Parts: sequence; C-alpha cells; structure tokens
Amino acid sequence: MSAAIERTSSAAAPTGYFRNPWRKPRILQGVTIGYLLWSLLPVVIAVIFSFNAGRSRISWQGFSLRWWTQDPTDSLLRDAAMRSAMAQTYKLAFLTVLVAVPLGTLFAIGIDRWHGRPARTANFTMLLSFVVPEIILGVSLYILFTNLLQGLVPLGTPAQVLGLISFQLSYPVIIVRARLLTIGPEYEEAAMDLGATPSRAIRRVLLPLIAPAILASVALVFADVVDDFVTVAALSAEASSETLAQKIYTASRASPTPEVNAAATMMLITTLLVVAGGLLLYRRFSRGQRDIATTDFMQL
Amino acid sequence: MPEIAAPAAEAGGSRRRLRRRRESVAQPGRDGGVWYPRWYWPSFVAPGSVWLALLFLLPFYVVFSVAFGTVDFGNFGQPVPYYAPWWWSFETFNETLSKFYEGTAIYRPPLFRTFVYVFSATAICLVIGYTVAYYAARAATKYKGLILIMLVSPLWISYLMRIYAWQGLLEVDGPINFLMQPLGLGDTNWLAGMHVTVILGLVYGYIPFMILPIYASLDRIQESLLEAGRDLGANGRQTFWRVTLPLSRPAILAGIVIVTLPMFGDYYTNDLLGTTKTSMFGNLISEQRTQTGGSTRMASLVLILGVIVLVPMLYYLRETKRAAEQA
Repeated sequence: MSAAIERTSSAAAPTGYFRNPWRKPRILQGVTIGYLLWSLLPVVIAVIFSFNAGRSRISWQGFSLRWWTQDPTDSLLRDAAMRSAMAQTYKLAFLTVLVAVPLGTLFAIGIDRWHGRPARTANFTMLLSFVVPEIILGVSLYILFTNLLQGLVPLGTPAQVLGLISFQLSYPVIIVRARLLTIGPEYEEAAMDLGATPSRAIRRVLLPLIAPAILASVALVFADVVDDFVTVAALSAEASSETLAQKIYTASRASPTPEVNAAATMMLITTLLVVAGGLLLYRRFSRGQRDIATTDFMQL
Repeated sequence: MPEIAAPAAEAGGSRRRLRRRRESVAQPGRDGGVWYPRWYWPSFVAPGSVWLALLFLLPFYVVFSVAFGTVDFGNFGQPVPYYAPWWWSFETFNETLSKFYEGTAIYRPPLFRTFVYVFSATAICLVIGYTVAYYAARAATKYKGLILIMLVSPLWISYLMRIYAWQGLLEVDGPINFLMQPLGLGDTNWLAGMHVTVILGLVYGYIPFMILPIYASLDRIQESLLEAGRDLGANGRQTFWRVTLPLSRPAILAGIVIVTLPMFGDYYTNDLLGTTKTSMFGNLISEQRTQTGGSTRMASLVLILGVIVLVPMLYYLRETKRAAEQA
C-alpha cells in the first residue's frame, strides 16, 4: 500500500481513483464516519444541554448546574419526583439482578448437562422469551396481573420486578451457556476423579470458571433494566413506581426542560459505569482470554 | 415432572447411592464415567423453568382467555376472561379484528404503516449497516478498537434517551432545520407526523442490532477465501458478490429478524417523533390502556401482533438452534 504503487497505478489509468486496486476505501470510510457521527452526536448534544443555563434544550444560554443541583424544585437532585424515579430505577435493577442472574446461571448449567426432552422444551421456552417483542410480554404480564393474579401481585414495584426478571432471565442463561461451552466438562471431571462430590466440583471448580460470565450477566442485566421502558411502563401503577425512562417519556410528550436531559445523562452514566466496570472485572477474572471477553459482550 | 421437582433434602441419601452406583457402572458414559442421580441436572433447570412457565407461558394463556372472553360494560368495561378453552367465544375478538377490514377500518392505516415503516427502516438499516460493518471488519486498521467501541456504545444508551435527543434536534427552530436551510427545508416541522422522521427514528434506534451480527460474521471470513477468489480471476466486485456476500447471508438474515421483531411492537418512537398521523401497531396497543374495555382489545391486539411476528421469531429460533448444533 505504498505511495509509490499508488502513484504509478493512478498514472497508468487516467480515470484514477476507481481503477486503482490499492485505493483507499474512501466511500466506506466516509459512510462509517458519517454513521458514527450520526449515531453518537445527538446523544453528546443532549448531554451537553443538561448543563444549559436556560430552559431550552436546543439553544445554548451558558453553562450552569441549574438542572442538576441548583434549581430548588426542577433540578434532578432536588426534584422529589425525579429522586423517587432514580431510586425506583436502581431498586428495580438491583432486585432483578438479584433473582435473574442466579436463576439464569443455574438454568444454564443444568441445560448444558441435561439432554432430555424436557430440557429441550425448557431451552426452547427460554429462547422464546429472548426473542419475543417486549411489548407482547409486557402487555401479557399486565393482563395476567390484572386478571388471574389480581390482588395477588399488585401493579407497581412487585409486578415490575417479576416482569423484568421474566424478560431478563434469558441473558445470563445465554452468556453463561456460551462460557460453559468453551470450558467443557474436563475440569469438573478431573476434580471428581480427585475425589470431589459433584456439588463440590461445581462450587470449587465450575463456579470460579464461569464467574466472569456471571459478572458480565450482572452488568448486562443491571444496565438493561436501567434502560428498560416497555416492561416497566406496562406494569407500573402510579407516579410512585415511575422510573427515569418513564419520566423521560412523559416529559418529552409535554414540554421538556434540560432537567430531562440531566435525568437521561444520569441513566447514561449509570449504564456506562456498570458496563465498563463489568468489562474491566471480567478481563481481570479471565486473564489471557480477552477474545472470549469481548465476544461475550458483543453478542448481546 | 416429579423428578424435576425432587427436593434437595434427598442430597445426602443419594450421594451414598451415587457412590454405590458409580462402582457398579463399569463403562464410562457420556459424562465421563461419573454417574449423576436422575434429578441432579433437572433440579438446576427447575427453578428457571417454573419461573418461565408461571411468568412467561401462563400470561399468554391468560391473554387468550381475556381475548376470547367478554367485556363487562356494567363494571367499567372490565374484561371477563373465560379460562376454559371450550367456553371461548370469539365475539369480542372478531369485533377487534373487524376494525382492520370492515367499515371505516380504523385500525387498517396503522397496520399498513407499520409494515411500510418496518420494511423501509429495515432496508435502510441493512444498506448502512452492511457498509459500516464491512468497513469495520475489513478496512479499518489502527482505529478498529475505537470504531468497535463506538459501534457497540449505542446499545448501552437508553433507547428513549437516543430518541429524546433527536426530538430536540428536530424542533422547528432546532439545529437540523438550521442545517437544512441551504436546501430550502429550513421551516420543516419534522415532528408533525412526517413518515420520514419516524422511519429514520426507527433506523436510528435499531441499526446497532443490525451492524453487530454482520460485523461478527464478516470478521470471521478468512482472508484466504477472498484471496482464492482473486487468484481464480475474480475482480474485487466479483469477489464481494460471489464470496463475501454469500458467506454473510446468515448474518444478514439474523440482523433483519433481530431488527424487525422489536420494530413491529414499537410505539415510543412514534410517540416521541410523530403524531397520530404516523401511529403504528404498537400505538394501537398502548393507547388501549386508558380506554373502556381496553384490556380485552389489548389482549386481542397482542394476539394479532404475535401472529405477525411468529414467522420471523420461529425462523430466528431455528437458526440459533442450527448454529448451536454446528458449534
């Protein structure tokens, strides 16, 4: 790809660029750069405008922390509604991780070792819950909770947590399963040859080996719940169970101030921190296996 | 079923049984000579399976029961579900269904729009997505890592925030119109129910899901295959059409399915960027929540949506199964 070759070939063909087999892929490059700008710039602008001094989210009126901390009623920190939305968001994410990740990890280990017909059915159901459009699951759960389980599971936090777990259960299963496939049964067998009972082999050998995948699932599920809107909205009761995503939705249909930008930025910071932290720890846990780390994160 | 739900308290007793059995099993089986009690692995799968049965499959059954039940208009239009399938009446369901084709057919335009939007948005996603994935996989060198991070990062940004960001940019006195001034489009009201806005909003929202599988598959294609193509006399374009593209076909189909499934159920993109003039199928569902008899209609509409997405969903499941078997 040296300059000399480039020059000679373009000299030989008067039409130049397109005849040159060593041409730089300018068009592809242009489209890619354009795409990246298009995909990220709007978000960057929205973040910047959370620091706007004025009420507008499109015309800059100077830097201030008004919408973050300063304004006594309409800033993210002091607006009671926003604070409860933030608390609700993190509460849901925490509770969902707490149930979905252990449940999914167990499921993945079991499905990896058990090859019967019921296992295939269970696996199919799990995959179905992974691909079904969120609105279908969200509305179905709403109808379940308002009819068959009416009075048993009230809308609001309980319904939201149950729904989110259903929707997120497949993520740890898929991640942990992928990891199990790369590990294979050898280590456990070695442990049991050395006298470990099956349950001990799982605790002492398998669990440390799949720890990175479990960690990745925690990060993924947490970030995904923070960003979730459809399930959370379908199963929320009143203002007290609204999350940040719902606040953005409601506000954007009225007259949004940069406070909404601040709320959105808060979500962004949370998910990025969780994912970056997860990725770092993951790499630490699986030293020398970076490829697996990145592919695990990429596949979702 | 009883073996799946076998209580864990049995563990102590059966461990002894396990040892005994282990000695008696002379030939190593599939699990490398270690014999597990029958309930051992099933008990791992049981909690998740029970969860999915109760909170994933059961809801669908209730949706059927509500959709094929009746409405109690004396009681604020509360649904009256018929849980026994032999009592199912299709009256209310048919009433909802008829709004798609009978009389004024008020549900038809949103349905029609949904198909047009999803189709165009998917096509745009594919063209842009393939180009970007191709560049990231083949051409980019020094900045490949950075490009990858930037390609993945939208997945970690809330969908609503990304659409919300555009809502501001597209306002009449916003930056987009400022940029459009030279084209004579400086006064366009992009948010007043324009098809272009909603379609591009959908593209913007879902295109990362198209890029990643295509990138992964292009990245896996061995360079030697492309070189072989060139050695056999194909030029760059021919190599692309006859080697690269066929090899990435499964990823393209996977990308199309992953992108279309959520698009069919999308309602928030239109809620933020459009009006009732651009409402989609998802909006039909979401607006029932506050209406009299809405629950029953909502259940019927969810069933109809389920039928629409059934084929792509099953296709995707079949492909993942096939990929898993090959691995």
